[in-house]
Amino acid sequence: MTSPLDHPDIAPQVSSWPEPSGPTPSQTVGPFFSIGLAWMCAEDLVPADHPGAIGLTGRVLDGAGAPVPDAVVEIWQADADGALESRPGWLGFGRSMTDAGGVYRFTTVRPGAVAGGAAPHIAVNLFARGLLQRLVTRIYLPGEPANESDPVLQSVDPIRRSTLIARDEGTQLAHDFRLQGDRETVFFVW
Amino acid sequence: MTTTDPPYDWAPYRSSALRAPAQPLQPLALGPTERSGPVLGTGAVQPGDRDLTRQHAGEPIGERINVSGRLLDNAGRPVRRQLVEMWQANAAGRYAHEVDRHPAPLDPNFTGTGRCLTDEEGRWSFVTIKPGAYPWGNHTNAWRPAHLHFSVFGAAFTERLVTQMYFPGDPFLAHDPIYRGVRDEAGRRRLLSCLDWETTEDSWAVGYHFDIVVGGRLATPVITP
Repeated sequence: MTSPLDHPDIAPQVSSWPEPSGPTPSQTVGPFFSIGLAWMCAEDLVPADHPGAIGLTGRVLDGAGAPVPDAVVEIWQADADGALESRPGWLGFGRSMTDAGGVYRFTTVRPGAVAGGAAPHIAVNLFARGLLQRLVTRIYLPGEPANESDPVLQSVDPIRRSTLIARDEGTQLAHDFRLQGDRETVFFVW
Repeated sequence: MTTTDPPYDWAPYRSSALRAPAQPLQPLALGPTERSGPVLGTGAVQPGDRDLTRQHAGEPIGERINVSGRLLDNAGRPVRRQLVEMWQANAAGRYAHEVDRHPAPLDPNFTGTGRCLTDEEGRWSFVTIKPGAYPWGNHTNAWRPAHLHFSVFGAAFTERLVTQMYFPGDPFLAHDPIYRGVRDEAGRRRLLSCLDWETTEDSWAVGYHFDIVVGGRLATPVITP
């Protein structure tokens, strides 16, 4: 008996898939991401007793001013010396999931200046239900003289510039992300 | 390179209404921070983390599948030794998450969480079960097509991507505001896996292939100094 696969009406089993024709589009992280992402909830980039450790915290707020309780905040930053790298003991990366009050929190160090003349800053990704793609922004440090000459900060409408600069609360930096509306955070594209 | 990412403000997806920025996005001249990125998962990901059918005492209910593909950058180069995270609903369309109130059964043998590192060719793979469709309340009879959530890191901050993989021929794709948030058909096709005979195992599991290409947000390619 011949194999059923030899019948002319049965397509041969060919392993071939199309080469991707371009980038994979983004989709929302949805409401249930914690089962996939909480294992690496890296809120402490450094231990709290690390020299120069500082808190970085704030809220994610929607267009009605309501807390967003299902957002993921990810940060990527230079170390205190301006080195952008993951190495043993320092990932340079943090991930925090907002709580019921929309609050995220990290323990990190103030980033040093990196090459290229930019003022020290932290790169931020925001993911949430309702966002079909991530939002990208930066956090700059309060009271940093280099902010006055940072080309990105200076390219932003002065009225909105403060949405990119953290507030100094002594033992911690505070920074809210407003997704929409009054005092909306500046988000970037490239 | 034009982006095929879905818009922020997309009326059929009701959750976007209060979360999409109202102001135009600000063009950013990429700096060293965005051109670099973390290396994650090394030492933290265990070999067994890629098999979602072996995380409990028994086997999960559902259609066993082998899902694999490559993680590539926008120039077609493999992203090597980088983290791939995946999560999903169970075969009944229920997430093992306290917020999921869909009255479908939880499966005590299925958490729905996996992760792995890409190899030298950018390849990754998972063993899991095919998730079920589920209602999500966006509108009457809003059913999500079966999907796997993927979170991947490229070689740089610019290449961070969170997306979803769908299954070919799913009738709910035509009616799903999230999938159809991608406005061009070629882009949508890149969210579909395809049946893969090479990883289909006789009398055991069906194979699906899904390549992930990061860097789609870029208006122009990154020139590495």
